[in-house]
Amino acid sequence: MMSERVLNGVVMAGLILFPLWAWMADAPFMITLATKAAILALAGVGLNLALGIGGLVSLGHAAFFGIGGYAMGILASHAQAYDPIFTQPFVFEGTKSMPLIWLTAMIASGLAALAIGALSLRTSGVYFIMITLAFGQMHYFFSISWPAYGGEDGLSIYVRNSFPGLNTLDPIQFYAVVLGLLAIVLYCNARLAKSPFGLALGAARQSPLRVETVGISPYRLQLVAFTLSGMITGLAGALFADLNRFVSPVMFSWQTSGEIMVFIIIGGVARLFGPVVGAILFIVLEHVLGGLSDYWHIYLGALLLLIVLFARGGVIGTLTGREAAHD
Amino acid sequence: MSPILLAEQLLNGIQLGVMLFVMAAGLTLVFGVMGLINLAHGSLFMVGAFAAAAVAGATGSFLLALVAALAAAAAAGALIEVLVIRRLYARDHLDQVLATFALILIFSEGTRWIFGSFPLYLNIPDYLSGPVTLPGGIQYPLYRLTLIGIGLAIAAGLFALISKTRLGIQIRAGENDREMIAALGVDISKLYTIVFALGAALAGLAGALVGAIQSVQVGMGEPVLILAFVVIVIGGIGSIKGALIAALLVGLTDTLGGVLLPQVFRFFMDGATASSAGSALASMLIYILMAVVLIWKPTGLFGARA
Repeated sequence: MMSERVLNGVVMAGLILFPLWAWMADAPFMITLATKAAILALAGVGLNLALGIGGLVSLGHAAFFGIGGYAMGILASHAQAYDPIFTQPFVFEGTKSMPLIWLTAMIASGLAALAIGALSLRTSGVYFIMITLAFGQMHYFFSISWPAYGGEDGLSIYVRNSFPGLNTLDPIQFYAVVLGLLAIVLYCNARLAKSPFGLALGAARQSPLRVETVGISPYRLQLVAFTLSGMITGLAGALFADLNRFVSPVMFSWQTSGEIMVFIIIGGVARLFGPVVGAILFIVLEHVLGGLSDYWHIYLGALLLLIVLFARGGVIGTLTGREAAHD
Repeated sequence: MSPILLAEQLLNGIQLGVMLFVMAAGLTLVFGVMGLINLAHGSLFMVGAFAAAAVAGATGSFLLALVAALAAAAAAGALIEVLVIRRLYARDHLDQVLATFALILIFSEGTRWIFGSFPLYLNIPDYLSGPVTLPGGIQYPLYRLTLIGIGLAIAAGLFALISKTRLGIQIRAGENDREMIAALGVDISKLYTIVFALGAALAGLAGALVGAIQSVQVGMGEPVLILAFVVIVIGGIGSIKGALIAALLVGLTDTLGGVLLPQVFRFFMDGATASSAGSALASMLIYILMAVVLIWKPTGLFGARA
């Protein structure tokens, strides 16, 4: 059995070394796979903040993932057409600059998460799962039936957006940007989990009544956590869209919400690196099993079922010999 | 809009509503009795439709196809209950969501493996095809009218089952206090398998009935599943009465919203904008309805527990 800290170090080293190897071996496709894994991991880290620490089982995080994606798509498509998004009451131009796009994506998804959270957190348990699912579906159907930005066909942009001082079209440089963001978010998450806020949030999951008794409002804690969670997932959505240079309503679909949740479960709920391990495994499985059989989802489903039924605590829980991250 | 068109849309809404009820009844029973949230209910809908299409293709009989749908979905339901679902009752909702999500992946890809990616077709039998003329000169397809009749009959049957029979008493007792009825000598795990298989059979029947008016393909279960979830959440999870009322509400809202909203928007917008904005809003309407209901009544219209 290894300690979780060592395991996290190994995963981080792998995230750095594997793409470096691929770069030296001139295998850009492998770098793209690693980029995809890192972006999906970021989305999972976002959801894990709400789901792992806060115990908020949201089946609607695709909404934030999609909002991030469409923030990128809308800004970049207006920038490439030299056509401002709106001119009243002030001129709002599109942009191809990644930091500005990330900022917009995080603000937009954060506002959406604030509104959705404020309404959804009035319910709990199954009703919370269902109402978040409903909000996700609302966005999905809206994106399909609103023709301005491609409707069902989605929206593509010609070149990847730019980051000052880097050539983002080079896979390894774009990967470095993504990995840098993932590392920053993981660091913040680790700090957050140990902060008074994180501890209170965990306590609100275990016993809302007790938290309320000591004078803290669980609702406000959970709302802040849900909003932060949505912002991180929104950032991941913007990066994902940038990776593919394409956004479509699929990003809003409930299968996307389900998959983000799957990363967390495969890796281990409420573990810092849980979603990272889960997303890496998901991409590896997709690549390896997808090469063996067109029907690789059967094996994925079977594996997921075995993990849920028999390996509680996910891969990290099994490797470190501790079933639950909470105690 | 002419009154005849409106009446037709009203009937379409009721038809969608009763089919959603048949689907949602199983979900809400399973949740009410076992406390289980089952995402794979849509897969049982699909299993029913595929079984019906295969049997109808082989024998040409629509009635045999319906029987096959019921049997296949009930068997699939009983099988997954014994193998998987049984282990989930004591787990939290997150594990249930994930395990049944895994079942969806297995069912969908398995079906694609067996039947291929192309949609199958299930034809409406001759004796049910063609329109009938209703009072007031409304021409309406006989098959859809039959669906309404079957749905209402199933609703009546379920209410009778729950309130009049021994099984119904056990189901209601199981909702209230499962330890107590186990202590009174009811074989609780057999009861759970029966309830799950009953819900599965209803989902399979709905799949076969609806499969005849759309194409039978992999993934057909998920949109219906989500609508059924909306229904049981609005109605209050565990309540059959709530499911019936909510199903009709959702069916009517979805159908009438799609027709009426673009017309309403036309009063204060130009034609093209009105129809795109109207249809965009209409596609979100039932989710808005659900959000409003939950904000107003956090456990649904007839829900007792959170």
